[in-house]
Amino acid sequence: MAKAEEYSKKDRELFEETVVSNEEISPGVFLLSVNRRWDFQPGQVVKLAVDRVQPPRIYSICSGNNEQELRVLFNIKEDGYLTPKLAALVPGDRVLLSEPYGGFIGNSKPACWIATGTGIAPFYAMFQSGLFANKRLIHGASYQNQFYFEDELDRALGTNYQRCCSREQSCDLFPGRVTDYLNSLDELPADVPYYLCGKAIMVVDVRDLLIAKGVPYENIIAEIYF
Amino acid sequence: MQKEALFGKTLDELQRICVELALPKFTAKQIADWLYKKKVSSIDEMSNLSKKARELLNEKYLFGLTDPTKVQESVDGTKKYLFPTAHGKYVETAMIPDKDRKTVCVSSQVGCKMGCLFCMTGKQGFQGQLTAGEIVNQIRNIPEWEEVTNIVYMGMGEPFDNLDEVLKSTQILTSEWGFAMSPRRITVSSIGIVPGLVRFLNESECHLAISLHTPFHEERQKLMPVEIAYPLDDVLSEIRNWDFGRQRRVSFEYIVFHGLNDTPAHVREMARILDGIKCRINLIRFHPIPNTPLKGTDETRLQEFKEGLEKKGITTTIRASRGQDIYAACGLLSTKALGAN
Repeated sequence: MAKAEEYSKKDRELFEETVVSNEEISPGVFLLSVNRRWDFQPGQVVKLAVDRVQPPRIYSICSGNNEQELRVLFNIKEDGYLTPKLAALVPGDRVLLSEPYGGFIGNSKPACWIATGTGIAPFYAMFQSGLFANKRLIHGASYQNQFYFEDELDRALGTNYQRCCSREQSCDLFPGRVTDYLNSLDELPADVPYYLCGKAIMVVDVRDLLIAKGVPYENIIAEIYF
Repeated sequence: MQKEALFGKTLDELQRICVELALPKFTAKQIADWLYKKKVSSIDEMSNLSKKARELLNEKYLFGLTDPTKVQESVDGTKKYLFPTAHGKYVETAMIPDKDRKTVCVSSQVGCKMGCLFCMTGKQGFQGQLTAGEIVNQIRNIPEWEEVTNIVYMGMGEPFDNLDEVLKSTQILTSEWGFAMSPRRITVSSIGIVPGLVRFLNESECHLAISLHTPFHEERQKLMPVEIAYPLDDVLSEIRNWDFGRQRRVSFEYIVFHGLNDTPAHVREMARILDGIKCRINLIRFHPIPNTPLKGTDETRLQEFKEGLEKKGITTTIRASRGQDIYAACGLLSTKALGAN
């Protein structure tokens, strides 16, 4: 017969780590920093929990693979069980973290990164790991204060960094959604990989649009926030 | 104050309600009988409850059945029902007759978060979770409900992404106080969210179906973004550890795409990764969705693929396409056009 304890083995593969900082970088959006135990490849995820009662949730690592600390970016979900607790963490608190894993991995080859909201996290990890040459980053958000890390990204990427803002206007932002921006382009390179990260509806809409504009689906790799 | 539905409550939950209303404990079992075993649709019809009990229940609760607002019938007899949900959205349910069987394909979510490249439901994104009551209502509230022989959770949504409510619904369907169906007549299909899989294996006796679609990691992550977070290797490793015994079954769903996953290399890799797992494979014809870059394989290759798998010792069936003309077939359910956004 099945052994129940065997099946919770994976969740026991969570390790206690100490919170180093927990900064609210935008209203309701936090950058949680913990001591780093593992090597990882930029773009990978970790499971994160505050106790062994509730199941962990998966978060993209949002820091470089050469940094002392490991960070995750999250926004508070009002009806969520985990994020309000995460938001209340202070330095010295303990969290539970899995070993990094996942196949959404950046490399040094040319690519187009497309994110909405906190979907910027894996790309910021790639950026902080030095993988930003030959990259184009398109970031969509509702409001101007949701372009996390924009100063650094703007400095390093210049014209290869495009912010798309759907609910506010500013001279240096594209007015509209990521899909509007992509639609406004006459041509998209079909021979580079497109990395998408964000909510399901953004991913499926952008993927459909890219395919309609001639990008082979094999060149599209998506990470959806489940 | 909005009244809460009794339909969809487990016996434990009904007992808590009875305690809250100071009703005798046995009343919970009586209410469950009316909800799940009898042809009534209002609290007032629960005739073996005292008048006082019915009044108390009516103050805070309603029976909770929701009628379908639309039904379409295919030339092959398949019916597709449209049900409104509590939050102003819609879900679709398919009823598939086949000789002496009537299978109901239920939805577990409004839309879906998983974004599989080949699925119409994924294109509407995610609009909300269904309650256990809304799931079971899709079976109880169709005209054929007393003739239903099998239930498959293969409609809109990913069941393991709404597992609390899905498990409650299977509990209602299989418990003696509920519909008292055999769990062997129920199949829950998932793309393989590992924590949900682990819980489902532990807490349910229903059959399991996993959407596999290609044995190759790189290829699967292009078709199914979930592969990045929960690789097939991890899914199979959990399944391999599980003793499915004689009765419980695991099957793998495999939509066969032309030139993509219908090659001898796929047959060989399928045989390799499924080695040691007692299972069967359901091959599914691809039902094209708008703007898809994918094409279904032809009948010859489909048969060759089936034979290839069988030669490797894997029990393989080809699922009949049903209800394609009314968009009720596998991968075609969608309520996006109904303003679900």
